[in-house]
Amino acid sequence: MSASATALTIILVIIVLGSLIGFRAGAHREMDLEQWTVAGRGFGVMLVWLLLAGEVYTTFSFLGASGWAYSRGGPTLYILAYLTLGYVVAFFVLPPLWEVAREHGLQTQSDFFRQRYGSVPLAALVALVGVVFIVPYLELQVDGMGIIVEVASFGAIGRRGAMALGAALVAAFVFASGVRAVAWVGVLKDLLMLGAAVAIGVLVPLHWFGGIGPMFRALIHAHPTHLTMPGSTRNLGHGWYISTVLLTALGAYMWPHLFGTSFTARSADTLRRNLVVLPLYTITLPFLLFAGFAALLVVPGLANGDLSLLTLVRKTFPPWLLGTVGGAGALTAMAPSAILTLTASTLFAKNLYRPLFAPDMSDDRVAALARRAAVVIMGVAVALALTNSKTIVTLLLIGYAGIAQFFPGVVLGLFWRRAHKVGVFSGLAVGIAAAVVLLLTGRDPFMGMNAGFVALAINLAVTILVCLAISPDADAAPMPVTPRAAPVPGMPRATAGADPS
Amino acid sequence: MKRRPSWLAVALGLIPFVAICFTVSLWDRVRPVVAGLPFNVFWLMLWMVLTPACLWGAYRFERRAAEERPEASEPPAADEIRRGPPEEPR
Repeated sequence: MSASATALTIILVIIVLGSLIGFRAGAHREMDLEQWTVAGRGFGVMLVWLLLAGEVYTTFSFLGASGWAYSRGGPTLYILAYLTLGYVVAFFVLPPLWEVAREHGLQTQSDFFRQRYGSVPLAALVALVGVVFIVPYLELQVDGMGIIVEVASFGAIGRRGAMALGAALVAAFVFASGVRAVAWVGVLKDLLMLGAAVAIGVLVPLHWFGGIGPMFRALIHAHPTHLTMPGSTRNLGHGWYISTVLLTALGAYMWPHLFGTSFTARSADTLRRNLVVLPLYTITLPFLLFAGFAALLVVPGLANGDLSLLTLVRKTFPPWLLGTVGGAGALTAMAPSAILTLTASTLFAKNLYRPLFAPDMSDDRVAALARRAAVVIMGVAVALALTNSKTIVTLLLIGYAGIAQFFPGVVLGLFWRRAHKVGVFSGLAVGIAAAVVLLLTGRDPFMGMNAGFVALAINLAVTILVCLAISPDADAAPMPVTPRAAPVPGMPRATAGADPS
Repeated sequence: MKRRPSWLAVALGLIPFVAICFTVSLWDRVRPVVAGLPFNVFWLMLWMVLTPACLWGAYRFERRAAEERPEASEPPAADEIRRGPPEEPR
């Protein structure tokens, strides 16, 4: 068997194995709206934890982080900081949020805005922004899948063919499964990734340089400025680092799919204790960066840095190991893609289309609409992946520029009585507009700072000023005091397992 | 409206932000090399371990604050928790 055939076969075996685990988990269940999206709220603590923590190991960290370590150098270090700090932010925000969700039987992020601010347009705007900015996140997973197929085939399958094949595999996985499948595949994915990260980060430097220390010595000698900021870039200095870390740390749990995941935890206390130890889960991330640094010396001159980790693995290890690493990478693209598509399509059908256009739509029809929306969203992500060549990390930063704009509305909503719908709506609208204008006109970084962070600062200022300037409407009294209030109007009766009423 | 976190807990939560975000220009350098790692990489890895220590302290303060003011939304009684989502069915 040729090298590429061996590698591709092993990748396929791992994908099939992962899918079988998923199908077994999803078998014998009616796939209604609840099952397809929140698995009927039947997840134990371990699975919730894996869903929350598994975010660390997606294509972004696997190919994207090593890719930026290769092509950008120092600025990549933001990735080692923001996840750690994201857990710190989550420690203070998620437990109170969980309590609100439990008191009112909330299911999605948009539900929270509707409940807290009593505004259908605001909730719809939140759903719309969520759907739009999930697309770049989805696009980067498809991108990663294409890269894996391309490198593992030793170039036999070209970029476009690889991307199309990768997208087909991801789509098949998404439609056949649901969130339950994703959670179980997550177990396999995390185990394989932890192993692969350490193996690559330790064995590759050992093979080529005799260890991690000698590898860094060689790198410092060959590229003295690559390892500190701005590294091999001109404009990603310390101002960019601070603003990017703040944007991404504050935005980390504003992603609609993660926001909703926390709702399924048992208690606020469980959530807190999990978040205390979660930073330890990121300890293998640096090893992926090491791979990117090593690749700069071993396989210099790649046009696309995102190819560096796999190209390095291909050059260092036998084909079967390339296949195993590729298979692990494939799962890290597929499982998150499924979650992202599910979240975006559900947000569209349930929180955007139904409240605005068809208030009396039945749950079954919402579920059917969600499946059709999933096809469209997936299609858009694939089309974008085929037509543009942004790096994986850049794509995620575009997503963050949009998603982080929810932060003021969420945090002020939880802790500040004066926050009201007019203020939050204005802040969010202005923030998103600022982010879109800055990104589309190529002004990122803006005055040395991350454009998304600039937009977030504007958003926060506008939100606070408008809330102070206009007194809240009497009919939108913040946070009704009645405990366990009736479910949000227009929503299915939340079967929140956590709601004991 | 939710009980705001105690200021001691917030202060502990701010420590990692100061250490690995705001002070970047102090530690973003290659030397001294520690355990074979450039100093900036070593520093960030160190805080992956120290941050849970800060959060553990914050957790203790939050628990205490919740016990002192039980009326302010804290975890429900134990028997209520047990009626939470059922375990993953076999």
